Amino acid sequence: MADLYTVTDLRLSLPDMTAKPLLGAAPRIEILKGLSFCVPKGAVIGIVGGSGSGKSTLGRAMVRLLEPSQGAIRFDGADITHLPDAELRPMRRRFQMIFQDPMSSLNPRHRVGTIIAEPLRLHQLDAIPARIARALDQVGLPQDFASRYPHELSGGQRQRVGIARAIALEPDFILADEIVSGLDVSSQAKVLAMLEKLVAELGLTLAFISHDLSVIRRLCQRTIVLSGGKIVEDRATADLFATPQAAYTRELLAAIPLPDPSQSWD
Amino acid sequence: MSFLQVRNLSVRLKNGPPLLRRVSLDVAAGEVRGLVGESGAGKSMIGRAVLGILPPSVQITEGQILLDGTDLLHLPAKESRRRIGAQCALIPQDPLTALNPSHRIGSQITDRLVDILGWSRTDANARARVLLDEVQITDADRVLRSYPHELSGGMRQRILIASAFAAEPKLIVADEPTTALDVTVQKQILKLIAGLQARHGTALLFVTHDLGVVSKVCQRLSVLYSGMVVEDSTVGDFFAAPRHPYSAALLAATPKYTDPGAGLRPVPDAVIAAVRAEVAAFDRGPARG
Repeated sequence: MADLYTVTDLRLSLPDMTAKPLLGAAPRIEILKGLSFCVPKGAVIGIVGGSGSGKSTLGRAMVRLLEPSQGAIRFDGADITHLPDAELRPMRRRFQMIFQDPMSSLNPRHRVGTIIAEPLRLHQLDAIPARIARALDQVGLPQDFASRYPHELSGGQRQRVGIARAIALEPDFILADEIVSGLDVSSQAKVLAMLEKLVAELGLTLAFISHDLSVIRRLCQRTIVLSGGKIVEDRATADLFATPQAAYTRELLAAIPLPDPSQSWD
Repeated sequence: MSFLQVRNLSVRLKNGPPLLRRVSLDVAAGEVRGLVGESGAGKSMIGRAVLGILPPSVQITEGQILLDGTDLLHLPAKESRRRIGAQCALIPQDPLTALNPSHRIGSQITDRLVDILGWSRTDANARARVLLDEVQITDADRVLRSYPHELSGGMRQRILIASAFAAEPKLIVADEPTTALDVTVQKQILKLIAGLQARHGTALLFVTHDLGVVSKVCQRLSVLYSGMVVEDSTVGDFFAAPRHPYSAALLAATPKYTDPGAGLRPVPDAVIAAVRAEVAAFDRGPARG
């Protein structure tokens, strides 16, 4: 199977503004310290790690919301590492992102229909109303939701709007950054089941960032574990759970509270 | 007699729908009770009612909140606040908004002891050091002089725990104290809270949406749906065999990484419909005065 993403020795540093002298440049902190991996077409991969491990930064670099300092990111054969915005823009339709907090990523003054339509207009696609209707249908929302505002929806419904906005563009790749961590377990289950179905039906490639290994296990075939900006483990999810290799993975697994009072937690 | 007894507590939005429906629960000294349910079920509302910090838009319509046998709702407001202040404390959810960004950590722990409980400054400072030691902060001097933004999330949550235990409260309400933390830090913080609670014999009301967490820190739990307690059980009984269909479905929805086939099943629509009918029957029911 061909690779959709090939990431080689990816490094990314950001200026540390807290240590910036009054005059002169701020020192840089290296967030990603040389990551190499690939994402085959049609794969669902999980990216896990604790807070500050660099998982969101990695995601943002993959969809080029951030520019890497070194290394290379190839998307479907094209080098997008340092591609300027103007050349990147037509490509952006092909890699979309779903954000963690739908309350801050959906414009509160726009109706759901407008929110989904905006990127479609930006990419000058035709038949926008039909595309909106199809996207709503695909995420299991009734058509009349197009005229509602985000604040009228529940958390799970808002997250469905975020997903509808991403898939309406018919992208090849979707990056989902902690998209269920703000939801109740029951809504989490519904959103994940829907996402699973969409990936299969639309032939999407998905990278799913989460700190929750239970969710990763349910959804992803392969899992990359990040710690301190480095990949500590990159394996098939089933193997990772059966025989975790890295000490950090074992620690992460041992810290998950199972709904079972007999689980020892020392 | 349990230290905290909530009896038939009903709360409604002023001129609006009920938020709590005749909630009853007990928490004894040295006991941890979990309050679980989906968002909007009224878990935090119970904690806020007990601490007397309900938002002004809601009112208590019936019931009793007995603290050490005295009904707080039949005391003059000033007296009830005094009792709550002396005997209860809160561990809030978000450690960043709960700490004042422009004050040093030290004064945020000691000010309440000095200004409200009348301790001497020297005693309060000494107490703060003991507390930081109890929450396993080793460089107390530096931390006491720090501002909240200089500390990590786990560190800030330790400060709030220290602060909650500062005046030896009899009851602590912990409102989702670890949801903002990642799992490895969550584990440390939960162990810390459980250890301190057991050592001090505190009654602890633990609000959470995570049944995994409940199974680790609680002895009893109340499952809420739409402001109604649908199940009140010991942790052992509940995880062996939940009695109410809704709480059983909630348990089935809780992910379990050891068993990829289990967990993350949505609560079935039929179960939701049944529990909604129960709530509706309750609202019509003759039992309400």
